[in-house]
Amino acid sequence: MADGVAKVLVEVRGLKMYFPITAGLLRRKVGDVKAVDDLSFDIYEGETLGLVGESGCGKSTCGRALLRLYDPTAGSVHIGGDDVANASGDALRTMRPMMQMVFQDPQASLNPRMTVADIIGEPLQEHTRLTRQEKLARIYELMDAVGLNRAFANRYPHAFSGGQRQRIGIARALALNPRFIVCDEPIAALDVSIQAQVVNLLEELQDRLGLTYLFISHDLSMVRHIADRVAVMYLGRIVELAGRDALFDEPLHPYTEALLSAIPEADPGLEAARERIILKGDVPSPANPPRGCNFCTRCPKVMDICRTVKPALAEVGPGRLVACHLHPPPSDRRPTAADEAEEHPTRRSK
Amino acid sequence: MLDAGSSAPLTLAPPRSQWRDVWDQFRTHKGALIGMAVFFALVALVVLGPHLWRYDPNFIEPDAMKMIKSRNQPASLAHPIGTDQLGRDMLARMIAGGKVSISVGFVAMTISICFGTFVGVMAGFFRRLDGPLMRLTDLFLALPLLPLLLVMVMLFRDALAGVMGPSLGTFLLIVTAIGVTSWMQSARIVRGEVLALKEREFVLAARSIGTPSRRLILRHVLPNVVSPVMVAATLNIADAIITESALSFLGLGFPPDFPTWGRLLFDGLPYLQQYPERVFWPGLAISLTVLSVNYIGDGLRDALDPRIRGR
Repeated sequence: MADGVAKVLVEVRGLKMYFPITAGLLRRKVGDVKAVDDLSFDIYEGETLGLVGESGCGKSTCGRALLRLYDPTAGSVHIGGDDVANASGDALRTMRPMMQMVFQDPQASLNPRMTVADIIGEPLQEHTRLTRQEKLARIYELMDAVGLNRAFANRYPHAFSGGQRQRIGIARALALNPRFIVCDEPIAALDVSIQAQVVNLLEELQDRLGLTYLFISHDLSMVRHIADRVAVMYLGRIVELAGRDALFDEPLHPYTEALLSAIPEADPGLEAARERIILKGDVPSPANPPRGCNFCTRCPKVMDICRTVKPALAEVGPGRLVACHLHPPPSDRRPTAADEAEEHPTRRSK
Repeated sequence: MLDAGSSAPLTLAPPRSQWRDVWDQFRTHKGALIGMAVFFALVALVVLGPHLWRYDPNFIEPDAMKMIKSRNQPASLAHPIGTDQLGRDMLARMIAGGKVSISVGFVAMTISICFGTFVGVMAGFFRRLDGPLMRLTDLFLALPLLPLLLVMVMLFRDALAGVMGPSLGTFLLIVTAIGVTSWMQSARIVRGEVLALKEREFVLAARSIGTPSRRLILRHVLPNVVSPVMVAATLNIADAIITESALSFLGLGFPPDFPTWGRLLFDGLPYLQQYPERVFWPGLAISLTVLSVNYIGDGLRDALDPRIRGR
């Protein structure tokens, strides 16, 4: 992804998603749950951006806000040049086909009272004017694409296994030839053997159709397998964003280090020697995050400045963004000519 | 089906109409079939009955001596289920009463279910409407219904009767009155179901496709609240029939000589000791209607659920 010519497909700037907390008899607003707090990142055409973090850090909320399933509190999301976050009504509806979502729980994401053909055909019903025959042909085509037997078209979701259901969900997401798909933990609810099948299917479809994924997961090894770049979230903010290999080989942010140290090692010899960084304490409440760095309450390398100043996400190397006072942005150093030439597209390349 | 991957050429059936599956499943439900047979028999009786049994349900012997002799007769060939205290033929009265009772039951049930479901879906789906609509529901639940009905009938009976004739006017008034005062239960049930459904991922998925709320409700929400609505509907029919008779008993419904099943039941009550059959027949008719509708609803609910249908 460091070829520098890749086009930005999804451009997120200052995305905030706050959920109000109300209390008392009059339901007065007393605060916000800052589920997603000021995210800015780009996703390039044809790449997979992995989004990882522990439960409740705002990964799914971020994915849903990108697709405007929630109305973001602030910020902009441009997908293919259209501002999705601020579009309204019909304009938004015409943008829907280019962005789709694959959900976490394949059981819950399919209407139990619709047949597979109806479920996959719903997007076609909404956005195209195909005849019944054409629609059926397209449904069969999609079922072939995700490896479902055509004979299953008349069955209901309860008759399928988890992996098959997830394929139905993927077929539905593909129906309108989207460019960008948010995969919201698509494999978390599946058996390990099925996980590989589904991930391979996603990769194969990406190669064939040139899809762009935002792959939300807490399974680090799976992210390492599928993602081109990885963003790490903690308490509603991105703490580190880097190329996959760079991030897994040399994590910069202390939280990323801790997260990666939790990946189990298959080799028992290495496993015994593995050094785990065990974080102390709990994640602070997103309704009342710390004043300085969000991670300062648990960081093993905490400094005084961390408790008062929130570090901004800044580029510290080519394509490497970190929000940490340990790694000050290069503007503090003198940018050299070499730095300028190598300037990664992450920030400014359109 | 399963070895579709084998070399045998596979002809794909086009998607079957869902209603064929529903009917196939419905047929396997014995209770529902019997219920349907009983219900159709009752409907046939009240629709075809007047043409076969040509007694005037309101005919009273004009001659005083004959009239006294014709009172309270037991079952005979001339009067298969006897006569009442004024010598009117009970079978003819049962047939005439059934027509009114069944139509009141169904129309009132339809009104209350449609209105209740509408309010429930709106309140559950649109957060902004939730407060006002549910407070309205609470308001109706807290109202003393009988005085309300009294006022409604007092105010509107004559006006409606003037426009549409006494029997149709009264019918509409009663049906509306019952419908408007019995929708709250189904509204509450539906709201609860919709609140839970709204958070399900398939609704989110439909939203991410760009399905507008109207179709989202019709396609994803309503089919999934069918079960509780069906149960509420079958119970509502019985309630409507009984409420109608209570209204008639209080002199607020149909005129006293106008037979309905509920009316016949109340008329027979003072004679329960001497002539128990006077209460038995209308009671049986009401019970059969309610029971058969209940079974039909049961069968329909099962037939509409694909998870049960698969078995």
